[in-house]
This record gives sequence, structure tokens and C-alpha cells, in this order.
Amino acid sequence: MTRTFLARNPSVLWFLLLLSLFTLGVTLLSEAYGLALISTSFIKTLGKTLCLCLAALAMDLIWGYAGILSLGHMAFFALGGYMIGMWLMYARTEAIVITALSNEALPATAQEIQNGIAAQIFGVVGASELPGVWVFAHSLPLQLLLVVLVPGLLALIFGWLAFRSRVTGVYLSILTQAMTLALALYLFQNDSGLRGNNGLSGLQNIPGLDAVSQDRISVWFLWASAAALGLGYLLVAWVVSGKFGSVIRAIRDDEARVRFLGYSVEGYKLFVFTLTAIIAAIAGALYYPQAGIINPAELAPIASIYLAVWVAIGGRGRLYGAVIGAALVSLLSSWFTGGRAPSLNLGFYTVNWVDWWLILLGLTFVCVTLFAPKGIGGLFDLWQGLRHPDRKGAALGPDDGALLEKEAKE
Amino acid sequence: MRAALVALLCLLLLLMPVASHAQTASPVTAAAIVEDNRAQIEKPSRQTIGPVIAALAASGDPQAVMILQAWANRGLGLRKSDGAFVLLSEAPEGYALRGLDGSDAGTAPRAEITELRPNAGVRGIIANALVQFQLSDPDRARRAEALTTIARDPAPELLTPLRASIEAETDPALRAQKDRLNRLLTLRFDPDAAARIAAIESFSGDLGLDLRAALNPLLATTRRAAPEGAAFDGNIARTLEPGDDLTETEAYDSLVAAGLAPPRLTTAELKASLAANIVDGAVAGIPLADLNTQAARNRAYTALEVAGTVPVAATDEEVTQIVASHQFVETYAEPDPAITTAAQEVLAGIEIKLGAMQTADLALDALSLASIYFLAAIGLAITFGVMRVINMAHGEFIMMGAYTGYVVQLFIPNYTLSLIVALPLAFLVTFAAGVAMERLVIRHLYKRPLETLLATFGISIALQQLAKNIFGTQARPLTSPAWLDGALTFNDIVSISYIRVGIFVLAILFLMVFLWLMKRTRLGLEVRAVTQNPSMAASMGINPDRINMLTFGLGSGIAGIAGIAIGLFAKVTSELGNDYIVQSFMTVVVGGVGNIWGTLAGALMIGTLQKGIEWFNPSNTLAAQTYMILFIILFIQFRPRGIIALKGRAAGD
Repeated sequence: MTRTFLARNPSVLWFLLLLSLFTLGVTLLSEAYGLALISTSFIKTLGKTLCLCLAALAMDLIWGYAGILSLGHMAFFALGGYMIGMWLMYARTEAIVITALSNEALPATAQEIQNGIAAQIFGVVGASELPGVWVFAHSLPLQLLLVVLVPGLLALIFGWLAFRSRVTGVYLSILTQAMTLALALYLFQNDSGLRGNNGLSGLQNIPGLDAVSQDRISVWFLWASAAALGLGYLLVAWVVSGKFGSVIRAIRDDEARVRFLGYSVEGYKLFVFTLTAIIAAIAGALYYPQAGIINPAELAPIASIYLAVWVAIGGRGRLYGAVIGAALVSLLSSWFTGGRAPSLNLGFYTVNWVDWWLILLGLTFVCVTLFAPKGIGGLFDLWQGLRHPDRKGAALGPDDGALLEKEAKE
Repeated sequence: MRAALVALLCLLLLLMPVASHAQTASPVTAAAIVEDNRAQIEKPSRQTIGPVIAALAASGDPQAVMILQAWANRGLGLRKSDGAFVLLSEAPEGYALRGLDGSDAGTAPRAEITELRPNAGVRGIIANALVQFQLSDPDRARRAEALTTIARDPAPELLTPLRASIEAETDPALRAQKDRLNRLLTLRFDPDAAARIAAIESFSGDLGLDLRAALNPLLATTRRAAPEGAAFDGNIARTLEPGDDLTETEAYDSLVAAGLAPPRLTTAELKASLAANIVDGAVAGIPLADLNTQAARNRAYTALEVAGTVPVAATDEEVTQIVASHQFVETYAEPDPAITTAAQEVLAGIEIKLGAMQTADLALDALSLASIYFLAAIGLAITFGVMRVINMAHGEFIMMGAYTGYVVQLFIPNYTLSLIVALPLAFLVTFAAGVAMERLVIRHLYKRPLETLLATFGISIALQQLAKNIFGTQARPLTSPAWLDGALTFNDIVSISYIRVGIFVLAILFLMVFLWLMKRTRLGLEVRAVTQNPSMAASMGINPDRINMLTFGLGSGIAGIAGIAIGLFAKVTSELGNDYIVQSFMTVVVGGVGNIWGTLAGALMIGTLQKGIEWFNPSNTLAAQTYMILFIILFIQFRPRGIIALKGRAAGD
């Protein structure tokens, strides 16, 4: 414990260095600030990927370090997006309504503006009153607070209920999956107050920045996402580095033993669950203004499973693994499904990647789970010369995928 | 009985020639009546044409029906050359003509004929006159058609012909129908109040929709207002207290409708009249810029009112005052209180019975939903419950089963036969897929359950996409055989479709097969042994690898059969499995892992719960699913191991 935090975690410095180089590089190649070699839409994709990396970081903390396979973290991600989306949509509609009403003979009353906004936003679901959940939507600071509070409280309540009754392992996974399904089904209703399956749209237009072109805004969001990812990485690295980190890894490896040693296992789990939910929510709040639209399909259970897939392919239990996995798989996904990948001609059959990418991903994933539980992160172990000693077939520890050879040595 | 029938038949045979003789000998033929009333028929008036039509209908001439029908359908015309009435029918060149006695009268171009076009009122009178002929038409189909017409569009004047036709009705089904229709018309239109009450009371406890449709108009109410102390005429249903029974706005609106109060000024009207009175950038001395609150606008309007520029409108206080000084009642459209009381009593009795029937129907629905969940979950109960293996691809096995059924139907057009072939085939296909998956993937992951979840998820997305590549994204039909179409109907409310009955039967069958397999066969014994303690079982000579493989295959095979059952009522798409996977896991977890009775209890609970919640809010199945999942999350708080928890060594820890 004599060495400083950064000296003990050289990967943090490396990561921050690479992230700043990447951001600088993209900025210099962008249309707004440099050589215009990268299109605005691709900058948005990169910005969104950084947000997904942040969400994957949260997933790695909860799964790779604490051993809780949550299949509901994309629910927190989307909730964060909904919270910021409410302000974006409200503020923009307010501007439109005020412009429209300014043509009338009498100056508009506050009630008229409110009614106009409600009719604009909720006309599609056949309502004309602003639901109660929109009560804070007029204020950016309050809504930003809700980005943290709503998913945080949901995670706190759900986690408290689940951990208190000692739901563990696959049962917890199924329960978290049920949670995100319930939330998605709830939001799909038209009277949920969040526009049902229409979702919130037009989020890419930032109120008050009408004069600024999208190519500049996209770079700004890239910077914000990179900053959030960098800070998130620092925070998570700090959380897992000290004594706290040792306890949550111990919980992952043998929960009962940690409990017998006198630690409050539930408290630790609850803290990690809530913290990761908040990180995911912040990532979502940065993601959806770049995506421009959010709807309840984003909360489908499959989205959260993909999050787990990214972390597993990147390598669990190491933070850079989560980032690599999320970036690689999501960028490859958008490349393959975007129709830009060249078709593979096998002579008797032409493999069209739009149709076959998911099959390739699924099978790759099965292979990674079977043959390389450490994922891409395992390559770093090879590179550093950390090889499995011959254990005569015995496992390294209870969780092969997450436990690091390095940790085992310490 | 038989003798009586024979006698009746003889009588009929005897009467027939007499009747036809009487008709031909009758001095007044339909044609003569038409000729006698030529002026009336050429320019018919709704007020005066009644006797003519009645005379035609009463003439007994079979041609009269033809004439009336033709007249109502604009098939009666005048030949311009000699002014004779002719029956028209479409011909290539103009019309084909027939005389009023039915004889052929050649053809004529359109220009030679003046078509008679009676108006809607006259056509209505003709149609009612015709119904009595249809009611006693020798063709049973025509009589049934007439009854349908009356039931669809009941009218007071139909009552007499309907009653007249009951006695002569020979078909017992039609006779019952006529009798019921007679009572339904009586309770609405009979002039005699006692007869109406008797008719209403004769329906006590009847659940028919037609009865409720006939009773509800009797009890329809209108809201009326009058000044305090004034008496209301009419049949009063209840008095309304503003604030309790109706809002102030509603009360005031009804006063406005009755002309007892000036209309209320809406904010939009207020704004418009203010805008119309802008003088030098101000309204009534208040500058425009200050008019951005409702209070300021009200002040400006009051000032305008005082100045007399705008009409006086009620303010909120005045509205309260006016409403308080009036009384409000609901009155029945039906003036006779005895009838409304009788109708209300009968309707109340019906409501109680209806409630019971609806509960029964709900219970049936819940049972059928529970059996669907049970079918979807029973395969999981084996793979997850017995082997503790999370198979996220279970939903895709259900989908594979459904697609197997679809492919079999492509080759075997006979739906019954194809179903018989498809059921075992689906089992075989998914059994093979399950065995392959167990050997290739799951076998290596028995020690790492969380990773089984992930690996099988990989397989799940690959299989889903593969199905999409092969079968496309649009839904494929899996048609059920004709004997599964339709529904088992107990009455107007309680009914259940045969497919759902079939699924229920299939679920029971699976339960019994499962129990038999686990408790009565060598395989079941070995499965239970391997589940409890694999190494001990191995030392007893059981091959755990083989048993695991077979168990997994069995669970997957059952999923395949469930897929066919589900495909019969849902559309077969590549995402079919997605809709059931989370619910299936919930069913198994809620019921208690490792126990088939638990799965059954879980399915029953989830099915009943979902239908129960839907009943509170029928339009919203999404909300029902949401609340059901929330309930399950809470339920697991109190029974973390499910409804039926294994105890002791079998619990596995």
C-alpha cells in the first residue's frame, strides 16, 4: 500500500493517454475542426461507441469484479437517456410553441404555452395534458439530477429487495432480466407518460444551439463522451484497486466465506449495483442525444445481454477488456449490419453479411465462452508472459473467466 | 302422434287445391287493386298509401307479394304507350317486361318506361307489409331471414304480423325464435303496460345479448335541470347532487343546454373578444404586454363588460351560484315507472348472473393461459429445474418446433395428417438439436452456470437469425385442422376455443408423461440419481454423460412439441421464442426449481394473475404483464425458492 494508485495501475495511465490521443485524432480529422476526413455520422457513431464503452465498464464492475451477472443494466442506460430526452424534447418544443404563439394578438399566458407543448408532444398518443412525470422537464439542472436519481433509486430498491432475500447466480440474472422486460412493457403503453412506442425523438437538436451545425455538436458530444469515459475509468479503477476492490472480488469468488468473515456482503453488492446503474445512466444520457431517438425497444432484455456479450468477448475482470470488447463488437456490428461489409462469394452461395453477421457473432461468442473464457484480454496475459502454470486439470478458481492469473499470484 | 301427423298431412293436401281455387276465384286480384288505386300508386304519399298496401297484402293473391317486392325495389313501371303497369327486370336492351298477373309482356327500351320510385318512407311501409309474407313463407330460409331482419331492426308495426305467424310455424327452432322475438318486441312496443311487464319478467335470468339490447333503451336516461323547488314531469330515475354525482361543469352545461343559463365563456372565446377590442395597444386600458396571465385577461374582460362592449358571461362565482339554485335529475325516456322498475329488477338479476358467468369465463381464460405457460415452461423445468442448466435457446427450440410444423404442412396438405406427422417430427428435430447442443457446448460448462447462460444465448441469436434467413421475416401460418376451429360455447359469455382446449389437454398429457417418466421408469430413476449426486450415481454404474444428454434432449424435444401447440394460435415468426422465454423462466422460478408440481403451480399462478389484472383493465394487456412481473419480483422476496421448495438433500445445497 506504499505505492500510489497510478503506480499500482499502470493501465489507467495508458488508457487515458490512448483515449486522449484518439479524441485528438478524431477532432483533427473531423469536418468541423480539421481535415474533414471523417463524416459527421461516423463521428456520432464513435461518440456513441464511447458511451457504450462506459456502459460496458459498469457491466464489467458488476459482473467481472462483483460476480453479479446483471441482465438489466441497459434499462438504467435507457432510463438515463429518457431523463435527458425529456428535457431536450420539452425545451425544443417550448421554443417552437413560443414562436408560434408570438404571432397572435395577445401575449401568451404560461398556461397556453404549457397546453401548446403538451399538445405538440403528446398528440401522437392522443393525450393533451402533460403527465406528472414531466413536472421537472422544464429545467435542465433538475432533469440532469434525475438522470442520476431515477436509475439510482430504481437500482437501490431493486437491489435491496433482491440481495436482501439472497437471490444469487442465475436467479438474479433472470430477475434482472424480468425487471428490464417489465420496464420495457410499461413504457410501451401509451399512457405511461413517455409517448409509448413512439418514444422521444428529435433529441439531436440541442435547444439553444440552433445556430451551431450538427458537425460541431457531434464533435462536442464526442469530447463529452470521451471525458465521461475517462472519468468513469478512473473512478472504477479506483473503486476496484483498494481494499473495497479486494472485498468485492472475494464476494465473486466465495460469497459465503466473505460473509463468515464479517463483511456485509449485501451492502457491498448493493453499493456496486447502484454505482454501476448510475454510471450506465450517465452513459445513456450522453448516448441518446447523439442517437437522436429513444424508444422502449432499447430496454428489451436482449440489449442487456449484448452488454454482457461485449464484456465477455473483451475479457472480464479487467477494465480495459470491457472497453475493448464494447468498442470492437459494436463497431464491427455497425460495419457488418450497415451493409458496408463486402459480401463473401463462396461459389455456391453468397454470404450477405447483413443476414449472417448475427450468426457469426453468436457462434464466435459460443467459441469464446468455451475456449477462451478470458476473451481478448487473455491476449494481454500472453503478451505479458503470464501463462497458466500446469495445474493438472484443476481450475484456477471458482470463476475462470474473471479471475486473473496476476491476481492469483498476489 | 303418428296418426295425428298423417291426419295433418291429409288435411294439408286437401286444403291446397281448395286454397288455390279460392285465390283464382277471388274477385279482387292484385292487378285490379293496383288499377283501382292508379293515382295513389303513381305518386305515393307516406300518409295515404297505407290502406292500399294493406289491401294488396290482404288480397291473398300470390302476385301481390311479387308486385310489392318489385315496387319496393324500383322494379315497377308504367309503359308510356298504353299506361299499363308492368314488372321490370334488367335486359340487354332496356327492360324485360311482365304483366301484373305474371304473364310475359315482351321487352321495351328504357325510354318507353316510366319507373316508379317510391321514397324511403313508402318503401319502409312496403317492407313491413312484406315481412308478414316472409314470416309465413313456405321456404324455411326465407322465414329465418325475416326473423333476422326483425331482430336487427325492430319496429312496433312488426309485432302484429309476427304474432300472427307464430301459430302456423311448424319448425320448432324457428318457433322458439319467433316466440322469443315476440316477447322482445312486446316488452318494447306493446301498447298494454301489463303485457310489457309480463314480457320483461318472462326473461328473468336470461343472458342473451339481444335481451340486454332491448332492455337498455328502456332504462336510457337524460339529464334535466330545473329551478329549485320546481317539479319535474316524467319518470325520474334519480336526483343528482352537483359535486357528488356530477361535476359543476357538467351541471352548468346541462343548464346551458336547457336554456336556463347563459353559455360559459371559454378561454379561447375570451381571448378572441379581447383581441377584437384592442385600442391603441391596450384592451380596456390594460396594456397588451400585461395580458400574459389569465387573471389580467379576466380583469380586462370585466372592464369591457362594464363598458358594455362585450356580452355578459358567467364568472366562476356566478356559475357556482346558478348551479346551486337549480336541481338536477335523470329521467327515463320510458314514461311508465312500473315498466322501468320491472326492467331494472330483471336487469339486476341478469347482472348478478352475468358477473358469475364472466368470472367463469375469466377462470377458463386463465386456465388456458396457464396451460400455455406450462407447455412453454415444462421443457425448461427439465433442463433448468432438473439439470440446473440455463438454456437461453429454449425459446428457439419452441420456434424450431413451430417451423417444423409449418414445413410439414407445406408437404402434407391435409391438416389433420400433417399435425399427426408434425408432432413426433418436431420432437425428433428439437431432441436432436438439444443433444447436439449438450454434447458440443453445455457439457463443457456444467461447472460454470453463468457461462452456460451466455453460450446458449450465443446459440439463441444465431438460431434466430438462421430462421430469419431461411423463412424470412414475415409470419408463417400454421393452420389448425378444421375440427380444431371454432369454440366450445356454453352461452353468450362463457366460451373457449377448441385450440385452447387442445392445449389444455396437451398440457395435462405432458404432465402425466413427465410424472410417469420420472417416477416409473429406469431412465427417470437414473436422471434423479445423476441430478442428486453425479459421482455417486457414476459409481453405481450409471453413465452420467449419457443421462445428461438424454435429459437435455428430452427437455428440448418437449419444447418442440410445445412450439407446434403455440404456433397453432400465434403466428410463427423467428421471434416466437422471445415472447415466451422470460415468462417460462419466471414460471419455473416462481413455481420452485426441480419440481414439476411447482412448475404447474407457477404456471397457474402466473396465468390467473395476468388474466385477473387484465380484468381490472381490459384494454391494456401490457400493463397486466408489467404488474405481473412486478408481483413476481416481490413474490420472490417472500418465497425465494418458489411456491414448492425442495427440502433437504434434494435441494442441492
